Amino acid sequence: MKNFGFTISTGRSINLDEIREENISKLLEMVPSYKWCIGCGGCTATCSAGAFTNFNIRKIHNSFVRGQYQGLDKELQQCMLCGKCLLVCPRGVNTRSLIVNMRRILAGVEANTFKGKEVIQ
Amino acid sequence: MKDSFSIFVIPFCAGVLVLLGISVWKYWRWIRSFDKLQRAIIRKNIWSWRFLPAIWEAFREGLLHWRITKKNLLLGYMHRSLAFGWFLLIVVGAVQARLAYPDGHPFWMAIFYNYFEPECHPVDFPRAAFFANLMDGLLLYVLSGLMLAMFKKVWSRPLGMKRTTRHTLMDRVTKLALWSIFPLRLLSEAVTAGINGNGGFLVTWLGGVFDSIGISNPAFEYTCWMLYSVALGTFFSLMPFSRYMHIFTEVFLIYFRQLGVHDSNKKTGYTMFELSACSRCGICIDGCPLNRELGITNVQGVYMLQSIRNLELQRNAEPIAENCLMCDRCVADCPVNLDLSVIRRQVRIKNKAAIDTKQGYSYLNDVQPFNAIGRIAYFGGCMSHLTPDITRSMEIIFEAVGQKYWYMDKDQTICCGRPLLQQGFERQAFELRRKNTEMIVNSKATMLITSCPICYQSFKKEYHLSIPVMHHTEYIDMLVKSGRLKLRKDDRRVSYHDPCELGRGCGIYDEPRNVLRATTTLLKTDQEREKSLCCGFNLGNPLLDLEQQTRIRDAARDNLLAPHPDTIATACPMCKKAFTHADNIPVKDIAEIVAANIIEGSAQ
Ligand code: SF4
Ligand code: SF4
Ligand code: SF4
Ligand code: SF4
Repeated sequence: MKNFGFTISTGRSINLDEIREENISKLLEMVPSYKWCIGCGGCTATCSAGAFTNFNIRKIHNSFVRGQYQGLDKELQQCMLCGKCLLVCPRGVNTRSLIVNMRRILAGVEANTFKGKEVIQ
Repeated sequence: MKDSFSIFVIPFCAGVLVLLGISVWKYWRWIRSFDKLQRAIIRKNIWSWRFLPAIWEAFREGLLHWRITKKNLLLGYMHRSLAFGWFLLIVVGAVQARLAYPDGHPFWMAIFYNYFEPECHPVDFPRAAFFANLMDGLLLYVLSGLMLAMFKKVWSRPLGMKRTTRHTLMDRVTKLALWSIFPLRLLSEAVTAGINGNGGFLVTWLGGVFDSIGISNPAFEYTCWMLYSVALGTFFSLMPFSRYMHIFTEVFLIYFRQLGVHDSNKKTGYTMFELSACSRCGICIDGCPLNRELGITNVQGVYMLQSIRNLELQRNAEPIAENCLMCDRCVADCPVNLDLSVIRRQVRIKNKAAIDTKQGYSYLNDVQPFNAIGRIAYFGGCMSHLTPDITRSMEIIFEAVGQKYWYMDKDQTICCGRPLLQQGFERQAFELRRKNTEMIVNSKATMLITSCPICYQSFKKEYHLSIPVMHHTEYIDMLVKSGRLKLRKDDRRVSYHDPCELGRGCGIYDEPRNVLRATTTLLKTDQEREKSLCCGFNLGNPLLDLEQQTRIRDAARDNLLAPHPDTIATACPMCKKAFTHADNIPVKDIAEIVAANIIEGSAQ
């Protein structure tokens, strides 16, 4: 059967208390364009990794903001950073950066952010 | 009574000792931290003739500053007069002292020749006057460069630079010492000439002036020479900690490079040589699209290297390294030919180490290779799946010439790994390369053709395949040249966009143009080949937003539209995507243009 990149989600419950607000704000700070995401799933439909497995990038970033962190990092490691999702996204979300920064936050190794002109003495 | 020593030579001698000591220590440490491969390359090639081209290149670049001269005549003159002029002052001064004191002399007598000359009774060597005049001429030459350098500080445009580097405090102090050396030398020699009447045309004239206003007396003379020596000593002792260390380091770097050493994915001693060989000339700033279109002026090569080198600035290395398109424009512009993108990648790799894991791709284990005996392999690449016209055109071309092929990634693409590597995911990229290599080797395909310049650069440089790798423009050019593919010319007028990864990345400039000339009328644009502008949509920079990318894209588009083409041609699916929405003008990959212009029955 042709795999269109979509699968039936297994049942799961969302526990709002699990959401760590600071994770979301960190992610939005690193990837401001994420606030434009409309959850259309275009990224998932085109995904190179999704052609081999049921890797579903839209589901992953949804889970991230819903506080369902279990197993996310492991799933994220399947991404090849090929950038197809970036070109497909109708909202200009920097999807690759989203993926890398979710991984950083989950692993607790956040990026050093850029502070304007302090570079030069 | 003067003899061959005077207290004032001490600062100079101390400076020379400090410089020598620290340089030897630094270089020794760096050479010892070369990695295994780099050492093996040096050991293998050290007894070859490669030192000959190295000497020539060191002379051409270290002293004559050829590459800078090619960019801007005045800028080249400035660098050359300071470097070559000073070099000649030292060499001719040494010859002069050697001739004057055939029985030997302390080394400082060559530097302070005019001071000691009246009392140390040099022998009457032939052409003594000629040497004195020559030394004055050389001093004048250096001074002219110095004037230009000062002029450049206030107005750099005439020297071909819109922006100049903002230097660290240490660099500014050292520059002050350097800049004071030559005027002080002129002053000292002139005062001595005023008293003793020695020296060449310049200092005797100036000495006469000093004499007439009554300031030539031994006390003033001594003070001047002391200041000159202090300036020299200060410069030499600060040099190892400043950008002027590039003067010596570049020579070593050129030699290692000629031996075949290159940078690796980790910072090694060789990287230290590169860091130190950067003259902070700032030439890498002007061409950078981030500077040109977005006004970001603190991330270019010069500042990236500074942030790695300078302990206080090291916390900036990561954010600086991230903010870059990896378009290689600065690499093409850098007169020292530094591997800026590789060094940038080293920083990225270091900062991704904690999340760079390779277990994620176990799903690829089940992917089976294909039996492609007697065929070539065609790799469209991830991006080409979003521009199916390109891959369809390639299939038409293969069929037209009767080439049997295996479309490796028709349904599923294993990414080549370069986008990962560019972001610093070294191990993950390796996993993908391993799988793709296994697929290609086991398929027994005889050649690999790819439509994406990113994949092309990856297969060409990061994979070590034993079969030829070609970009489709190269392949088509080869088919046309060998007569296997016959093309007609249509009446399109096209501008060609050089993709960064294909042009600057792999040096493929002519093949696409040959093919376009065979099928269309190819127009010239202002910024092409090495100077081509990045389309802004490449995968190098994870920080830019869509609006910023669009601004970079628009600059590249304007350059392409300037000669009024009716089609924009390119050779990269990503560039094609970038330009497609930029204007109403059609954007075509070369493969599409070719597929539309095949003369039927051209297959052999
Ligand atoms: S394609 Fe863009 S907008 Fe749609 S779900 Fe993915 S990130 Fe969100
Ligand atoms: S970058 Fe990752 S998520 Fe996006 S298409 Fe490629 S494999 Fe899928
Ligand atoms: S990186 Fe190259 S171009 Fe840039 S300042 Fe250094 S030497 Fe000059
Ligand atoms: S690679 Fe391109 S974007 Fe990066 S610093 Fe160099 S010129 Fe600028």
